[in-house]
Amino acid sequence: MESTLNNKFSRRNFLKTSFLASGGLLIGFNLLTACKPDAVMPTDIESLNFNDFNAFIKISDEGFITLFSPNPEIGQGVKTAMPMIIAEELEADWSKVNVAQAILDTKNYKRQVAGGSQSIRKNFTALRQTGATAKQMLVNAAAIKWNVKAATLKVAKGIITNQNGDQLGYGDVVKQAALLEIPENVKLKEPKDFTIIGKDATNVDIDKIITGKPLFGLDYNAEGMLIASVLRPPAFGQKLESFDASNALKVNGVIDVITIGDKARNYKKTVKKNWTFNLSDSDKVVIIATNTWAAIKGKKALSAIWKTDSKLESTEDHHKELTAILDSNKLKSRREDGNVEKAFANADKIIEKTYHSPFLPHNCMEPMNFYADVTPDKIHLVGPVQTPEFAVDVVADLLDVDKEKIHLEMTRMGGGFGRRLYGDFVYEAAEISALIKKPIKVVSTREDDMTTGIYKPSVKYRIKAAIKDGKVTGYHLKEAAINGNMYGLIPNFFPAGCIPNYKVETGNYKSTITTGAWRAPFTNFLAFAEQSFFDELAIALNIDAIQLRLDLLQNVKNTSDKRIQYSGKRMEDTIKLVREKGNWGKTKEGVYQGFAAYYSHNTHVAEIADIELKNGVPIIKKITVAVDCGIVVNPTGAKNQIEGGVLDGIGHAMYSNLSFKEGKPTSNNFDTYRLIRMQETPKVEVYFVENGLAPTGLGEPGLPPVGGAVANAIHAALGQRLYKQPFINELEKSTILG
Amino acid sequence: MPNYTLHINGKERSVNTDADTPLLWVLRDELNLVGTKFGCGIAQCGACTVHIDGIAVRSCQMQVAVLNDVKITTIEGLSVDGKHPVQEAWKEIDVPQCGYCQSGQIMTAAAFLSENKNPSETEIREAMHGNICRCASYNRIEKAVKIASKKMS
Repeated sequence: MESTLNNKFSRRNFLKTSFLASGGLLIGFNLLTACKPDAVMPTDIESLNFNDFNAFIKISDEGFITLFSPNPEIGQGVKTAMPMIIAEELEADWSKVNVAQAILDTKNYKRQVAGGSQSIRKNFTALRQTGATAKQMLVNAAAIKWNVKAATLKVAKGIITNQNGDQLGYGDVVKQAALLEIPENVKLKEPKDFTIIGKDATNVDIDKIITGKPLFGLDYNAEGMLIASVLRPPAFGQKLESFDASNALKVNGVIDVITIGDKARNYKKTVKKNWTFNLSDSDKVVIIATNTWAAIKGKKALSAIWKTDSKLESTEDHHKELTAILDSNKLKSRREDGNVEKAFANADKIIEKTYHSPFLPHNCMEPMNFYADVTPDKIHLVGPVQTPEFAVDVVADLLDVDKEKIHLEMTRMGGGFGRRLYGDFVYEAAEISALIKKPIKVVSTREDDMTTGIYKPSVKYRIKAAIKDGKVTGYHLKEAAINGNMYGLIPNFFPAGCIPNYKVETGNYKSTITTGAWRAPFTNFLAFAEQSFFDELAIALNIDAIQLRLDLLQNVKNTSDKRIQYSGKRMEDTIKLVREKGNWGKTKEGVYQGFAAYYSHNTHVAEIADIELKNGVPIIKKITVAVDCGIVVNPTGAKNQIEGGVLDGIGHAMYSNLSFKEGKPTSNNFDTYRLIRMQETPKVEVYFVENGLAPTGLGEPGLPPVGGAVANAIHAALGQRLYKQPFINELEKSTILG
Repeated sequence: MPNYTLHINGKERSVNTDADTPLLWVLRDELNLVGTKFGCGIAQCGACTVHIDGIAVRSCQMQVAVLNDVKITTIEGLSVDGKHPVQEAWKEIDVPQCGYCQSGQIMTAAAFLSENKNPSETEIREAMHGNICRCASYNRIEKAVKIASKKMS
């Protein structure tokens, strides 16, 4: 993978330089794409041209370095980690590096997206080459000045030193460097020589966060900005019939009440599909106010009549529909090896279990919001969105304007988890601003977010295994889900390649409830089902749960199947590390353990849960995690991602549940919807496999295995198997907590 | 609209707003003190935590009309330079992920530690239980509160 990337980047194709009018060197570069031959570098910072270059490094005459980090920051740490990679090869002094969020390039940049834990994996080599090329130019300039060979010079922390011990700072040679030709084939550092990568770097926004500076979309303010609050149908399947705004208009600060919906309906009819677009067909009533409180109060004062447009679904309906899919033979085959039917016919023993999960909202702490100022000349959009380039595409089509006129600024995001992949709030803001011809910020309340959201859909799995002569000979997994199914290579994840007769089938039910990606889509629940099932298999086979996985993984080593991208060896090493660090099977009396391992988002993770009983109630005390994500760019940030992913996974598996009654969500805020809190959290201990391989992502892969590890530990402690999330309902039913 | 005078971060601030406007929205919309965050609006998440006469309260539930005789401190006024021991501990431990809930977490921790200089682990976990962190940076919050308590004692 790395060598391919290396070959793809001819230096002159992805990097150009210029002087800045204000002094200093500016380097523009394109990640994963080539610069257009006629791309021209700007000469001042205000006119950075993100249509030609998707990221920039500025080196001032004083030697200060500013990196314009290109990817959206949603709490996953790329705003710190991506510049660290450039700074490493640039040999910069990290303490003198300033990081600024780059605005959007909608034309050239192909992956300015936060999602799928891919920011670091896909950009690692390009970021390193950029830093290394810039460093080489500075060194070459110093070599000319001293009239020595560049190879004789040493560089550390932004200081170039010659053999006489003379020193030049980067600022001293910036002017000369910008005149030089861009060097080809620069040498990258050996990972063992890294001084920034692999060392803890504190979040670059830490000072602003701890002192409450404006950073987030909701904090954005502009001259003349109004606030919009949107009343959407209370139930999925309903449409607006009529409304009465007379009381709303009496609220101080409410200046107008309008409806939107035409542009969204028209977009759906006329424009090609964009997966980030999922606005409903209904009209919506919009309160326009001078401040947020007036907008919220005004919305409460509205009275609206809704008509039923399509079936109003309840949780019981989903249960019936999904169960019917699992019971049917009408599923789509996604992978099939050997002959599963024959394996079951010849089995000594067959085990079959069904697993259930509810809908879940994302509940980003910062409610959805976006700023839009639509004028005839230009459109200015500001706010938190995980897919900025799609947002610009849709707004251009929605308002029928030229994309060139749209300028989108990203803010730091108060959580993403997949919710901000879908830009409905951007599109609403744009439509509202276009109608009232004023700058507005759409602000959602918690109730809006929880009841009119995009959700993780309810999913069920039925897994069946054949055992013959003490071995697992057949494995058949069925998925029934709402509005979609497991995607990409998931059908080829473990145990594909480990069991000779293997089959994955999927089917789905089309619902009016809007669903979408939720941190580690599908695997967030699939891993729990599968890893709980393997715990049962280990007991049926009378073999240690970890040993069963290790034995099976031997079968996938050296596979020639290109669809299988998890590594038997890497998973084995990860499992062995957690077995050692987690004291598997060697804990003190009264501690019950559960194990799970899962590969997703190109990262291998294994986890052990330690549980103790207090008055018969299971208390999760500790989760030990081993991770193989290749080179760890920023260890403190990496651990933070895993700690958070694990606790997030426990919280949602244990407590969270969104039900529907006749199209309406039955919870609308944190008084009726439970998220994990401090007293429910165990300690998370994280260990990384050290192998020097190219880095992979961490935002998601820590989450999937933990539900299984916890459920297996609960089984060890209580003898109770959990098949349904949230676990708390099952534990209460069995009177342990009731 | 009536006029109210509030004592915020050591200064007198005058606002014209409805009597029922929550302090949260006065701070954010009228005074541009946006460090205090909106999370749920019903005192369940703690993102909007401020100090009123030194006690941690949910600003989304405090109506502006009843606040004329009290001293209000927000994250912006917790220290002049970000050097309150709780802020320093937050930085030392590198607590935040998305960072949105953290000013509320810091305000809760600061008020708690001013009352309890040497808390046990159990007391820290109880004190911080009301503040949701959706990124679940709870291990680090716990650690940072402990470190801050050492700095303060």
